Amino acid sequence: MKLNVNGRDHDVDAEPDTPLLYVLRDHLELNGAKFGCGLGQCGACTVMVDDQAVFSCLVPILLLEGRRVTTVEGLGSADNPNPLQKAFIEEQAAQCGYCIAGMIMRAQALLRRNPSPSREEIRTALEPNLCRCGTHMRILRAVERAAGVKRTAEVGAGEQR
Amino acid sequence: MSAHLTRRGVLAGTGALVVSFSSLGQLLAQEGTGAQSGSPANAGPLPGSLEKFPFLDSWIRIEADGSVTVFTGKAELGQGIKTALLQVAAEELDVPFSALKLVTADTARTANEGFTAGSHSMQDSGVAIMHAAAQARALLIAEAARKFGVSPDQIKTESGVAHAPDGRTLRYGELVSDQFLHVEAQPQSPLKDAKDFTIVGRPQQRVDIPAKVTGGEAYVQDLRLPGMVHARVVRPPSYGAKLDSVDTSEIEKMPGVVKVVRDGDFLAVVAKREYQAIKAMRKLAAAAHWQEQARLPKQADLAQMILGLPARDVPNLDRRQPNVAAAKKLEATYTRPYQMHGSIGPSCAVARRDGDQITVWTHTQGVFPDRDAIAGMLRVPKENVRCIHVEGSGCYGHNGADDAAGDAAVIAQALPGMPVRVQWMREQEHAWEPYGPAMVTKVSAALDQAGTIVDWNYEVWSNTHSMRPGGPGALLAAQSLAQPFAPPEPKPLPLPEGGGDRNAIPLYRLPSARVLYHFVPDMPLRISALRALGAYANVFSIESFMDELAAAAGADPVEFRLKHLDDARARDVITTAAERFGWSSYRPGAGRGFAFARYKNLAAYCAVAAEVAVERETGRVRLVRAVAAIDSGQAVNPDGIANQTEGAILQSASWTLYENVTFDDTRITSIDWSTYPILRFDAVPDSIDVHVIDRPGQPLLGSGEAGQGPAAAAVANAVADATGHRFRDLPLTRRRIKQALGV
Repeated sequence: MKLNVNGRDHDVDAEPDTPLLYVLRDHLELNGAKFGCGLGQCGACTVMVDDQAVFSCLVPILLLEGRRVTTVEGLGSADNPNPLQKAFIEEQAAQCGYCIAGMIMRAQALLRRNPSPSREEIRTALEPNLCRCGTHMRILRAVERAAGVKRTAEVGAGEQR
Repeated sequence: MSAHLTRRGVLAGTGALVVSFSSLGQLLAQEGTGAQSGSPANAGPLPGSLEKFPFLDSWIRIEADGSVTVFTGKAELGQGIKTALLQVAAEELDVPFSALKLVTADTARTANEGFTAGSHSMQDSGVAIMHAAAQARALLIAEAARKFGVSPDQIKTESGVAHAPDGRTLRYGELVSDQFLHVEAQPQSPLKDAKDFTIVGRPQQRVDIPAKVTGGEAYVQDLRLPGMVHARVVRPPSYGAKLDSVDTSEIEKMPGVVKVVRDGDFLAVVAKREYQAIKAMRKLAAAAHWQEQARLPKQADLAQMILGLPARDVPNLDRRQPNVAAAKKLEATYTRPYQMHGSIGPSCAVARRDGDQITVWTHTQGVFPDRDAIAGMLRVPKENVRCIHVEGSGCYGHNGADDAAGDAAVIAQALPGMPVRVQWMREQEHAWEPYGPAMVTKVSAALDQAGTIVDWNYEVWSNTHSMRPGGPGALLAAQSLAQPFAPPEPKPLPLPEGGGDRNAIPLYRLPSARVLYHFVPDMPLRISALRALGAYANVFSIESFMDELAAAAGADPVEFRLKHLDDARARDVITTAAERFGWSSYRPGAGRGFAFARYKNLAAYCAVAAEVAVERETGRVRLVRAVAAIDSGQAVNPDGIANQTEGAILQSASWTLYENVTFDDTRITSIDWSTYPILRFDAVPDSIDVHVIDRPGQPLLGSGEAGQGPAAAAVANAVADATGHRFRDLPLTRRRIKQALGV
């Protein structure tokens, strides 16, 4: 079947019940979407389908005919990161980083529908995604930075160091 | 005189540099002290890992084209070690940070630095690289001086170039020739003065982050070797289950299936595509019949179970004085359940057999011990196995990484020439990773009339905190082969760092004290090293009890700690955290808590102040904010230390408020994120503020685990402050709090 990923059409030779995650990683050799649980509980596999953040580990490709799939590779590259990726680099918002591509994709979907989210709205949006290293504060700051949200003194407290 | 000795002369400050070269062995980076032992020039111990791998080119190599490569036997685990090591090398070598390349743990290329664990990387590898770089620069300066015909003190180095006073320059690449740095280090190095640092001590953006945020190849999960196939293991449903029978005929006919591998109780399936492997694994699991044993203890009686197991006493401290004049006596018992590493990415490894050689790409914390275990399991010489570290998801200790590497090796052995990628499933990681052990602590103490601690008696019951390889029996696959390997005998980890007794001795002034570790060898659940080992529960216990004592003495918790502390750096982190938090405006009942520890009593100092909000109706605790101060000695990458400490606080808050491995009499029942919930964004605090106290020129102290214990106790103390009720059993769940408050 045909799958549109990061603006390009791909002919994918996979069984139709195959979850999108495995097609992205195994067939298209993209690294961004990660296997975390396969259960929709952790968000490491998050990508965008059209403008929605989805768990790619749960969506079979048969549902994706004619839809646009975007992975973190579709936002930018290490040499030319998009504003959200750039904000994650500037805030050093990663430790092991395994969850981060999923975080970025969920945040990207949020910023699409709400370019100036409050901190509360960012928290709510990121709720499905787990981070085990405890990088949450930096992730919140990175999304705020990308959104150009004016930071309060408290939010910026970590900068005193 | 050989070049070897004269270059040593330069480093020892006693000779001129005469360059002539002899041909030397191939694996220079791996030449240990064995070949050179008894070397008379080695006066005194060498710094860090140089002691075991004294040759400079084990750590630094400079090519004729000027490229500089740094080698480390440590591994990037997401703690930012690559960046910090490169900062150290760039600083002492006078080479631009961005120009350096780095090779990390690889049994064929790097020094054997054991495990990347215990917050040791900077002390071991960082110190080795710092000194190797300084000594390499001294050699480069001596060679430049010789070529320019001036004295070495007239040579300046900058950005990989040596400058003569008259303006002549030579690039480092022009100064080196073959094996230039194949010389043994000296105990003393011409280190820079910390005030001249331009790279060390300044926040440095991590080298690994750009790839991680853009979908670059960053993890072992991302490796795609030509012709690679995908494997899934079918693990037994419970510890010790035996595979009675399995009919694999249907599975072998499934699309893409390459092979079903069975060896005793080890069962796996290999397919061309990853999802084909998953479907085949599910069918194979359904076809397998296992004989299970009900051998797990009663979860409800966990503390009694641990206290009831046979134990071997390991005295930590015994200077208890008789007849102390006590005005008040207190005692308390604290417990900690089994808790998980809970890596977001389940363990993964890739292995390929080429003839009698096998290569394993793994996110193990110890490529050399893992290599030895795998070779033992395959019953081949260890020279036939190479383990290369590739990053995985954060591990926080000994998770399933080594086991996945073992799985991949067993399967690859059956498929010569075919790279095999093994990816564990979520429920496999949750059920089979070795947990942080459950622990019980009992403490009693006495206060005098002035509210000073005059007696202290502390006991801790715990398994060992490391069942790492060491031996093939540490690997799950090896335990289940037809010719199985028994798990190694558990051993208590020795002091001063300790395991179950890590941080069991308080840093406080305690004239009369006893600290006793009851080492429990029996391990009903599979356990091993989880970040901070026993320090998490010991610091939780000690620092909770310090608050209980402060309350009994009618003292402010911060003042009470300071009153019992002489160590100036300990006092500094406490006063800094307290000031930045605004502790002086503290009023009892506001939900604030404080805690302190020096990790292992020899690594970083860390103090944490926390504020919580407790919803009495639901028992829900939310960490509202935390302020930490940390002193890691010379800070190499202050932002890296802050990042690790923020993470330690949040991870520890998650352990402390939510986490508890669950099981019935046979099986682990916490096998996903709904049965083992962890911190989510709704519970993330408003702010975490980490103050790094830099100590320029002081030894590098490990930071990565320093926050774990203090954060737990600060949260528990804050909950006690908010509710008026002391919670001594981890985790501080909603149910426990609701029950205690009787709402």
